[in-house]
Amino acid sequence: MKTDLHRTLDAVWRIESARIIGALARMVRDVGLAEELAQDALVTALEQWPDKGVPDNPGAWLTATAKNRALDLLRHRSMQATKADALTWEIEAQLQDGAPPAPDSTLDEPIGDDVLRLMFVACHPVLSVEARVALTLKMVGGLATPDIARAFLVPEATLAQRIVRAKRTLSEARVPFELPGPAELGERLDAVLKVIYLIFNEGYAATAGEHWMRPALCEEALRLGRILAELAPQVAEVHGLVALMEIQASRLHARTDARGAPVLLLEQDRTRWDRLLIRRGLAALERVDALGGGYGPYALQAAIAACHARAAHADHTDWSRIAALYDALAQIAPSPVVELNRAVAVGMAFGPAAGLEVADALRDEPALRHYHLLPAVRGDLLAKLGRHSEACDEFRRAAALTQNERERELLTERARVSADAVR
Amino acid sequence: MRYMIIVKATADSEAGVMPEEALMASMASYHEELMRAGVLLDASGLQASSKGWRVRYRGAGRSVIDGPFAETKELIAGYTLIQVASREEALHWTRRFPNPVGEGRDAEIEVRQVFELDDFAPGEAVERFRRMDKA
Repeated sequence: MKTDLHRTLDAVWRIESARIIGALARMVRDVGLAEELAQDALVTALEQWPDKGVPDNPGAWLTATAKNRALDLLRHRSMQATKADALTWEIEAQLQDGAPPAPDSTLDEPIGDDVLRLMFVACHPVLSVEARVALTLKMVGGLATPDIARAFLVPEATLAQRIVRAKRTLSEARVPFELPGPAELGERLDAVLKVIYLIFNEGYAATAGEHWMRPALCEEALRLGRILAELAPQVAEVHGLVALMEIQASRLHARTDARGAPVLLLEQDRTRWDRLLIRRGLAALERVDALGGGYGPYALQAAIAACHARAAHADHTDWSRIAALYDALAQIAPSPVVELNRAVAVGMAFGPAAGLEVADALRDEPALRHYHLLPAVRGDLLAKLGRHSEACDEFRRAAALTQNERERELLTERARVSADAVR
Repeated sequence: MRYMIIVKATADSEAGVMPEEALMASMASYHEELMRAGVLLDASGLQASSKGWRVRYRGAGRSVIDGPFAETKELIAGYTLIQVASREEALHWTRRFPNPVGEGRDAEIEVRQVFELDDFAPGEAVERFRRMDKA
């Protein structure tokens, strides 16, 4: 029985936590405190629901319970400092307006801004990137600490500590529970998008360990992206990121074979791509187009992914369009990794020699010195040019550099094939 | 995991009567809510069976039978596809699905978990299905 209740509560929490914490943070003006009050309401539910049964609208019940706790706390504080009176009155008025919760009340509340504020605060620049990821999953995603720790392969105590410290940092820095002003909006939004994409990528291509990917993290990032797209529908790059994640996620099941070994994009069985997600990705890209104003870095990457998605067979891929999109990406968001991808696209569009020229320019790039994909890409282009001995060296180098065991197997195999071709 | 919420046909939906404004509004609110929560994948309403047909297989032959079809309660009038992390989450969402014929009246919706190709053991049949499935 208890486990059933726990599962029900987990589900309700995942759905409702962001808006509950958001609403409380607006009241108590401290995200960490809001989160604790919301957790208290969860504990109360665990105590009361076994006897009284699960309420018709569990979300509204949790919200009301948590708000009452916040009110108690504020009343207590106001006895110590009368200046808080005005605030208490304000909250009581709010509670009276909303109470008692009608079965469908949560459907009609304008809660969007609270959740958006919560995302901005969780991804605030005073926090380390690791802390931003943990707080976002915890407070916006409604995931439990042990689940987050497992997903990121860190000890539970470490992650719990990270969250506690992050909340303290926000409190000490007096980060307001507000939407950023126009001057900093763009930068702050970038930070939110970056965290969501980081979560996605952590799931998509696990950088270490035996598993090539952890799909649950991808799904969670997609959910967060879709939420953000509804909260900030006028921001093109939000839809760009969603489009990118939808299309990449459409390939999740094609990225490994029956033994769990990785299958690279061009070798994937495209009938295994999820066409519903592709359709959603293309629709998100259309939302970018409809907003005008051109493509940002995420939309450009989504447009590249869309080129692959539209090709029924790898041979039908529009490589010259992909090369052109990488050119554009290199203009607005230059990086060695983008340049490396451009080398691949140029190699496919205009032949391996042209691609190798781009890749060779990166050989002294310090940022790629330990990046396994540089030798992997060079190895591929060299093999296509029939320079098997050099290709073999590059694949071996790549295999030694990768942190992913399955990818290492794949690269070692390619080195072996190249070595055989030399003989 | 994905779940499909299936709305059954009614005499009204079969007659091509559009739902009342209030019902449309609550359906819209509910689906907006699904979207804001990032769980909505797809949703559509189906036109009356009078505009559809069935293909019947009998022995080696097959014949086309035009709608409408009589057994209204067995027919489907629409679906909503959601993606969630647990059965309980799906349960939570579906309990809040608006009454498809309007509050206060008798009705039923059906919820089914969607198979994904990976749920089948890999084998020749699944591979063939994939090839057939190719768009």
